[in-house]
Amino acid sequence: MKNKGFKAWLYLLPSILFLGAFMLYPMADVLIYSFEEGYNSASQTYFGTGFYNYEYVLHDPYFIQALKNTFLLVIITVPLSTGFALLISLALSSVKKVRGMFQTVYFLPYVTNTLAVGLVFMILFKRTAYSEGLVNMLITAFGGEGVDFIDGPYWAKMFVLCFYTIWIVLPFKILILTSALASVDETYYKAARIDGTPKWRVFTRITLPMISPMIFYLVITGFIGAFKAYSDSVALFGTDLNAAGMNTIVGYIYDMLYGDSGGYPSYASAAAIILFIIVLTITVINLLISRKKVHY
Amino acid sequence: MKIKKHVFAVLIYIFLSLWAVMVIFPFYWMLLTSVKSYGDYNAEYVPAFFTLSPTLDNFREAFTAVSLGQYFLNTLIFALATTGLMLIVTVPAAFAFSRMKFRGKNTLFTLYLALMMIPNELVIITNFRTITDMGLRNTYSGLILPSVTSVFFIYLLKENFEQIPEELYKAAKVDGTGDFKYMMRVMVPICRPTIITITVLKVIESWNSYIWPRLITDDEAYYLVSNGIQEIRENGFGRENIPAMMAAVTVISVPLIVLFIVFRKKIMEGVSRGGTKG
Repeated sequence: MKNKGFKAWLYLLPSILFLGAFMLYPMADVLIYSFEEGYNSASQTYFGTGFYNYEYVLHDPYFIQALKNTFLLVIITVPLSTGFALLISLALSSVKKVRGMFQTVYFLPYVTNTLAVGLVFMILFKRTAYSEGLVNMLITAFGGEGVDFIDGPYWAKMFVLCFYTIWIVLPFKILILTSALASVDETYYKAARIDGTPKWRVFTRITLPMISPMIFYLVITGFIGAFKAYSDSVALFGTDLNAAGMNTIVGYIYDMLYGDSGGYPSYASAAAIILFIIVLTITVINLLISRKKVHY
Repeated sequence: MKIKKHVFAVLIYIFLSLWAVMVIFPFYWMLLTSVKSYGDYNAEYVPAFFTLSPTLDNFREAFTAVSLGQYFLNTLIFALATTGLMLIVTVPAAFAFSRMKFRGKNTLFTLYLALMMIPNELVIITNFRTITDMGLRNTYSGLILPSVTSVFFIYLLKENFEQIPEELYKAAKVDGTGDFKYMMRVMVPICRPTIITITVLKVIESWNSYIWPRLITDDEAYYLVSNGIQEIRENGFGRENIPAMMAAVTVISVPLIVLFIVFRKKIMEGVSRGGTKG
């Protein structure tokens, strides 16, 4: 028996080594880092311990900007994408012909390279001296006023970022919701039909409660995902996000760590811990609400 | 009443088709732009929706003016090595958790699950320093090692392994089949669908990874395609050669789209069982 236990640990050894070295140890290390003041990466020394790093980060205008961008992105994209995904999934589940084809097409953005397709979005939205770009062409064709979405006003840039984010996250949500809708027991609908229940009531009283766990799951993962947004923004606005005013919290962490403004692992760690706390808080709040409201 | 129903159905199809167009259009635009010649593209103040004189010059440009071939090769090596190592780590771990008995098994498994909650952004800071201290910046090992493990895949495979009847394991024991042989000869073949799913998901993840490679490589010889794209955007081709840029984007996107079309069912199944993105 003792021999057997040893063998099991042997099978687990590779994963323990990898997880220990690249997840567990870094987790502890980052926490320590974030409290070491005046850390110097060349000499690996620091003055003292305390909350200075957090204070610095929270007063850094770039961080405030990143925080604001990230919160806006979260508040706009999570409800919109979840609602829109629900609409599409409902439409999908009501058709029979070519449903598989639609499903395949809708899933396409999930497998594509965010950076690569972001570049396509950039040229669609960008206005340059010699071409107004496709989106602006459409806007002017419908009598609107064109605007440079990539280098223009803040709201325009935010719009593209949200639009692209929604485009990227929809496949996952549509997939989850269509399978949730398909798994609702058919007998409920049959009973409702016999009773002559109106469609809207069927939706609010049967469909919605039955798929509510999945909606909450999507809202939670949506929140977490949106708080970690970064590559979408890079794809659209380039690597110098601070200059573009479109940085995100994650972007701020990387900029602090490395890049032109980098070399401050302590600030990066403090920002990462702040992000972790935000995500954790929101997850806990969501779980508390879902325990009250979600029907299982 | 019947007419009303038909109108409703038609509206639904229109709605679904509109979104399908929204999804496909960027890909169409990418392909279209990649076959427009540089002169043609820049002469269009109002962009044209089709071209009558397609050219492959941009693709030649993409492979010669920047080292797209090199980025491609790097990404291929990175994706294959990461996925291979992931399997070597995941399969025995899932086996141990599902079939073997040892003290502390439940505690350890709970710990593994807890690790799923840790965001990558948090650990990347120390990993960056670890890899730098080990002198592994701008090497394949530096790129690969921190990207290997995924607790979620261990969890997924363990669940699948547990569905195989325990009797089979006991019978094999009686026959004197060793654990390792049993794992490789019985469990892995039975769970092949799940193993294919996690393999494909890992390849996609590696192909698209951007943040870690960006941190750990600043030598162009080790760039992956995502970093290559950023490099091309900022320095390559001269900023304004958008057709060549789109040719590069096409070359990078096609392998994934092909992979998706081949493994469509497996990918969508795997993702709906709890993949996370977005």
